[in-house]
Amino acid sequence: MPKITMNINGRDMSAEVENRTLLATMLREKLHLKGTHVGCDTSQCGACVVHVNGKAVKSCTIFASELDGATVDTIEGQANTDGSLNVIQQAFQDHHGLQCGFCTPGMVMSAAALLKDNPKPSEAEVREYLEGNICRCTGYQGIVNAIMAASGQDVPSVAAE
Amino acid sequence: MPDGGIGAPTKRREDTRFLTGRGKYTDDITPQNTSYCAFARSQVANGKINSIDTSQATKMPGVLAAFTGEDFVEVGSNPAGWLINSRDGEPMKEPKRPVLAHGKVRHVGDAYAAVVAETLEQAMDAVEAIEADIDELDAVVDMASAVADPGTLVHDEIETNICFDWGWIEDNRAATDEAIKNAPHVTTLELVNNRLVPNALEPRASIGEYDPGTGDYKLTTTSQNPHLSRLLVSAFVLGIPENKLTVLAPDVGGGFGSKIYHYGEEALVLAAAKKLGRPVKWTATRTESFLSDAHGRDHVTKIELACEKDGSFIAFRTETLANVGAYLSNFSTATPTFLHGTLMAGNYTVPNVYVNVKAVFTNTAPVDAYRGAGRPEATFSLERVIDKCARELGIDPVEIRRKNFIKKDQYPFATAAGLEYDSGDYDALMDGLEKVADFAGFEARRAASAKEGKLRGLGINSYVEACGIAPSNLVGILGARVGLYDAATVRVNPTGNISVMVGAHSHGQGHETAFPQIVADMLGVDAQTVDIVHGDTSKIPFGMGTYGSRSLAVCGSAVFRATEKVIRKATLIAAHMLEDSPENIEFSDGVFAIKGTNKTVGFGDVALKAYIPHDYPIDAIEPGLEETAFYDPANFTYPSGAYASEVEVDPETGKVTVCSMVALDDFGVVVNPMIVTGQVEGGLAQGIGQALLENGVYDENGQLLSGSFMDYAMPRADDLPSFVVDHSNETRCTHNPIGSKGCGEAGAIGSPPTIVNAVVDALARGGHDVDHIDMPVSPSRVWAAMNP
Repeated sequence: MPKITMNINGRDMSAEVENRTLLATMLREKLHLKGTHVGCDTSQCGACVVHVNGKAVKSCTIFASELDGATVDTIEGQANTDGSLNVIQQAFQDHHGLQCGFCTPGMVMSAAALLKDNPKPSEAEVREYLEGNICRCTGYQGIVNAIMAASGQDVPSVAAE
Repeated sequence: MPDGGIGAPTKRREDTRFLTGRGKYTDDITPQNTSYCAFARSQVANGKINSIDTSQATKMPGVLAAFTGEDFVEVGSNPAGWLINSRDGEPMKEPKRPVLAHGKVRHVGDAYAAVVAETLEQAMDAVEAIEADIDELDAVVDMASAVADPGTLVHDEIETNICFDWGWIEDNRAATDEAIKNAPHVTTLELVNNRLVPNALEPRASIGEYDPGTGDYKLTTTSQNPHLSRLLVSAFVLGIPENKLTVLAPDVGGGFGSKIYHYGEEALVLAAAKKLGRPVKWTATRTESFLSDAHGRDHVTKIELACEKDGSFIAFRTETLANVGAYLSNFSTATPTFLHGTLMAGNYTVPNVYVNVKAVFTNTAPVDAYRGAGRPEATFSLERVIDKCARELGIDPVEIRRKNFIKKDQYPFATAAGLEYDSGDYDALMDGLEKVADFAGFEARRAASAKEGKLRGLGINSYVEACGIAPSNLVGILGARVGLYDAATVRVNPTGNISVMVGAHSHGQGHETAFPQIVADMLGVDAQTVDIVHGDTSKIPFGMGTYGSRSLAVCGSAVFRATEKVIRKATLIAAHMLEDSPENIEFSDGVFAIKGTNKTVGFGDVALKAYIPHDYPIDAIEPGLEETAFYDPANFTYPSGAYASEVEVDPETGKVTVCSMVALDDFGVVVNPMIVTGQVEGGLAQGIGQALLENGVYDENGQLLSGSFMDYAMPRADDLPSFVVDHSNETRCTHNPIGSKGCGEAGAIGSPPTIVNAVVDALARGGHDVDHIDMPVSPSRVWAAMNP
């Protein structure tokens, strides 16, 4: 089995993988980064979104063996260096953008990719961008509000300070 | 009261771990030396198993064991939790539901064999090597033909495809028939409540473990109610004594009903773990979820509404075929009956109601409770036929409802469908809806849409549901084979912080935040000093789990009662410390005081005294400060609401766009309004999904056509509008101590008829005489209705 090395959340990490091993499987089963979730088998749900070389990628749709030397960012690396929630994560908590939490890692990673490309998206742009991320719990309202708030736009607050 | 008590929109503490990738779901757990399980599932809907040969599979690399139905012929059957009697008094037909299919496979996805191997990939490869000789038989798919022509049977030993033929209330049948026969006006509507696939985003997963040193089993599983799983595995399926089986449900990624039930995979991983002496883990693929999770809804109904010419309701009568699929899932017989027929009076003073439900076996996945469970079906039937009736009589849809509403001074109100509603104010909700949804401005918005070439419609809905199940004595009379109380233990630790063990189990509802708000409010302590423990049968007294919007109303009430007991005992200790009699002690904001004096002692000092009982009347007061309560409600709770939606229909394509969705609900007392708003919004998305997008479709051979997220249209962010949610119209539940009614299912109950009513309204305003369009109201169906 080939040994693959990636820079994941700022650290070089290696694992031996089969040719058929998906990036999501390598992260979860070989490197014990369980924050990346797998919610489907057709690349539809987006729970597994990570960033590969700065781009949002569904990690269930790419072979680990193709990514030797890549830079990968996952949900585990998103918090501030002091461990506190980053702006997007904090906005998700403030605006009740999660319930069961299963889609949340993918949502946060997609939101980060969106705001990198489009720092002040309209609500319609947020909703369109999230087309590839399914949430069954929230009805997306809290998620959309969170992403708008994280981009510095005014959104009604639902939580206590 | 400190910050963070009842009524505070406290941020959720569980969010921190979910947002940083530190949630712990079942598939995230891999005990040392874990082996992996994969299942062989039927490709045909109905088939006779001639032989299953696992000999090649067991020779594959890494394979540890293979199992077939033969290995489980000696164990018990996974039972239905509710016994329904037919109109003639005969008990329902209850086929066996084995761990693995034996003799026959009965739906596509029915598991007939399993392989355990060192790795998941090896297990999956080995499943491919199983040789199954299965003769495909004709499939029973369409309910009407399954009833009319039982030439093909789902269960050969039952001699019919009808599970039961239920009448509610059978004694009211003749009077209802007579009332309809003599009524000045009768509106009839035939409709379908489409089959839905719950699709919690976390697929089901289970890990079985066995310790040969102690004989103890452990099942870690994706469950909404771990104690029910333990009960079913112990008492019905595998016979493992409850004291030798721990069921753990860690973080659970959504459920919506589908994770209430015990499934065969859970029994299999336990049996395999015992045989192999190793942990055995199985995680469903999404394809397996589609094929084997319990589905929801799937009713075909004829409803008749009889009324006076002025719209005063005289009678409702329904005939329903309810699909139960190939086997009876645990709640499948309660859902179309007591969770459906009992709500068929709706919000109305109608004097006559009769409901007939025939439950039908088909060669499809089992159908069971899915968000709302019976109540969405009742509400949809009623609120669609009422709109049709209003249109026929030329009465405004708001007015016809108001004319028949139970008025706020009529509570408690005994309905013609056998329930006693304790509180509500449906007119106040409708008053609020008219303002919040700006009915007055509709005409201007309609004209603006018309300028863009779109047909705009306004739909409304009123609903009432029964939650917080239940009074055990009542559900027992109605056929429940379990009690439906809940339990909690409040443990005050020596230094005053608090652990609360609860029988409910959150799978997204925020229990870790909301339950401490109750305890903090009552004890006058900071909610951050209160933690809950849930999802572990070894740590919790008992529990009936989280479903049916019951956690706060039932388990929250148990928490309330246990906290009251803690206060009572703490008062005795405080009286001793203050050297006065307990009657003279009052407790507020965390402080015990002798009435009328400034002699006080804090709750924390009392807790410490309870655990360090030097100088303590040990003969009168036991040490420690921990109390348990089992709470069994006196009645169901009755949340209600009024919803409005505006839609635009594109006459060129038939595409429906939801422009607005306004939900006004009466949930009684709200503990955390932020969480409640989120619950409603999620329900609205699922209801709009049912109305416009989602459809579980089997072809005539019993193949699930909508078996992936490529084919089954889950609502996405850009399918939905911004919601307006208001739960400020509170009428207290009169019989539980918190006054809460429950909020989890409301959105999924109130929104489907609202959307369909709006679409029909839009078409009517565009000159199209369309009575009804079945859900999902897809572009092709709308276009076809407009172009007959």
